Amino acid sequence: MKRSRRQFLKVASLSVAGLGAQLAAGGMTQAAAAVKPSYKKNALALKAKRWAMVIDTREFASKEDFDACINACDTAHNIPQMPGNTEIKWIWKDAYDHTFTETTNKYQSKEVEDREYFMLCNHCENPPCVRVCPTQATYKLENGIVAMDYHRCIGCRFCMAGCPFGARSFNFTDPRPYIKDINPKFPTRMIGVVEKCNFCVERLDEGKLPACVEAAPGKIHFGDLSDPESDVRKLLDENYTLRRKPALGTEPGVFYII
Amino acid sequence: MLEKVLKGSPKYYMWLAFLGGIIGIGAITYLFQLKYGLSLTGMSRDVTWGFYIAQFTYLVGIAASAVMLVLPAYFHGYKQFKKIIIFGEFMAIGAVVMCMLFIVVDMGMPQRMLNVMLHPTFNSVMFYDMMVLIGYLCLNAIIGWKTLECERFQIAPPQWVKYLIYTSVIWAFSIHTVTAFLSQGLPGRHYWLTAVLAARFLASAFCAGPALLLLLLMIVKKLAKFEIGKEAIKTLTIIITYAMCLNVFLFLCEVFTAFYSNIPGHMHPLHFLFAGTEQGLPWVTYWMWIGAVLAIASLVLLIPTSLRENMKILPWALSMLVLATWIDKGLGLIVGGFAPSPFGTWALYAPTVPELLISLGIFGVGAFIVSILWKIAIDVKREAGTL
Ligand code: SF4
Ligand code: SF4
Repeated sequence: MKRSRRQFLKVASLSVAGLGAQLAAGGMTQAAAAVKPSYKKNALALKAKRWAMVIDTREFASKEDFDACINACDTAHNIPQMPGNTEIKWIWKDAYDHTFTETTNKYQSKEVEDREYFMLCNHCENPPCVRVCPTQATYKLENGIVAMDYHRCIGCRFCMAGCPFGARSFNFTDPRPYIKDINPKFPTRMIGVVEKCNFCVERLDEGKLPACVEAAPGKIHFGDLSDPESDVRKLLDENYTLRRKPALGTEPGVFYII
Repeated sequence: MLEKVLKGSPKYYMWLAFLGGIIGIGAITYLFQLKYGLSLTGMSRDVTWGFYIAQFTYLVGIAASAVMLVLPAYFHGYKQFKKIIIFGEFMAIGAVVMCMLFIVVDMGMPQRMLNVMLHPTFNSVMFYDMMVLIGYLCLNAIIGWKTLECERFQIAPPQWVKYLIYTSVIWAFSIHTVTAFLSQGLPGRHYWLTAVLAARFLASAFCAGPALLLLLLMIVKKLAKFEIGKEAIKTLTIIITYAMCLNVFLFLCEVFTAFYSNIPGHMHPLHFLFAGTEQGLPWVTYWMWIGAVLAIASLVLLIPTSLRENMKILPWALSMLVLATWIDKGLGLIVGGFAPSPFGTWALYAPTVPELLISLGIFGVGAFIVSILWKIAIDVKREAGTL
């Protein structure tokens, strides 16, 4: 009895001492942190106030045109090739009336109607997916990109119910076995979380354009929507463009030249 | 009072063992879901909420309905309900626990559940939903337990319980309103994007919950041999009837808005639910029509006083009502919200066997909790001579 009590005291005093040391050390690291920031932005990083994309849909005619972009995105982001209606899609193509559900017209130009169109996350200015996420796993960056924290996501899929564009995918099963060649530079995702296009935020940080833009030179344009001199603004000036479901007020950042 | 759980007839134990079996099956199936993910369910990229969330939505209503006893008893001094309030409160506890379990099994990453509390997101309705559910559970547990204890010692409940009861009345309205807000504010989901959704939820809850309570009380009354009180049944069925009328009326308002405006997006979900697609009728269409017929039939049996007060007919009318409201909210609401996909296509969904087994397990948990709590309540009341 006595001995165990003595032992207890010994352990207790040791841990108190340890705690003190830890606190002191913590204070020191805090002081160090105040001197120099631990996070520095890449000097090469491309910057914008509001990133946006303009897709010239007239330029996409053949299957190869589309596949080049889709494959570039898939390999850059370790997107699994899953069969069925639980697949993961970041950028994909579909028919006119599926893309622009509210702009269809019974007597539409046949050519426009027969074309196919890319769909991806619109990186909306008022994104409902961010609004509804209960854990801030979906959040908006300063440059307008709507990003995902896969380690924060609880897989409630509220964001999917909230996104009116069907831009998000959920990992119903473990995606890793379905990835053809794993790209070690980008994380793979775990089962049970939601994912979507991230406007290649990791490439922008290295001074590169998004993978799909790079794979389709002159067909997809990327730039700063807030800068009147930017490429994308000039294209919007000169061409007739559409956005998906504008009436919902989410202010999509993806524009389509028709 | 807890010791009352332990003393019971063999029948009571067999019932609990039966529920235990159901819970076990559900739990084992859930282990598979943990391993293989939600791919075991019928959900897909376009239909991301299914049977689980639908049951959650329905059961929040059942939980909120205790207020239909508490409100007349405490706000209007209607004494007849005082005897059965405790059963309503204990049923609410079972329902809230089921709600929480349905949310947990629907999560892709249940081990991260606490993120909702660790990173409180004040713009997410889900945060508030979690808060109000936990709050409601605590309120009912404290109020129920304390009032029962006082009944046992035959003393009046302390004043602070009264304040909690008043709070719980407002709280009950809030839990179902917040649940409606989960879907009511989502752009692009036309079936839910309507201001009367919360009102519809409340109306359907205030008829379905008391109806279920009355049905269960009628069963227990036979088993445990006690009187509910004729007056109490009369008043409760009137409340149920009015709430059901309101529920049907609000639904018809939706139908009018959709079809008179002739806006495709608003017509699509209703059209899908009741008339299927060009490819044919989905399973849910049959259910929706059964629900519609049952809803009308229950009203036909409930509105005329002579039929409503006939104790032979009443259980049938109540069962029809419970089934009709369950079809509306526990099947149709979620399917109708997702079926027209964001791409204007028909996204089909049907629950799978594992999904149903897990759900059954959760219903088993609810039944288990309610059985135990009601057993305690009945024993205490019998000893106190207030049954
Ligand atoms: S498109 Fe959908 S997922 Fe992307 S930002 Fe908008 S609402 Fe969110
Ligand atoms: S699934 Fe993940 S990202 Fe989507 S709302 Fe839930 S926590 Fe947020």
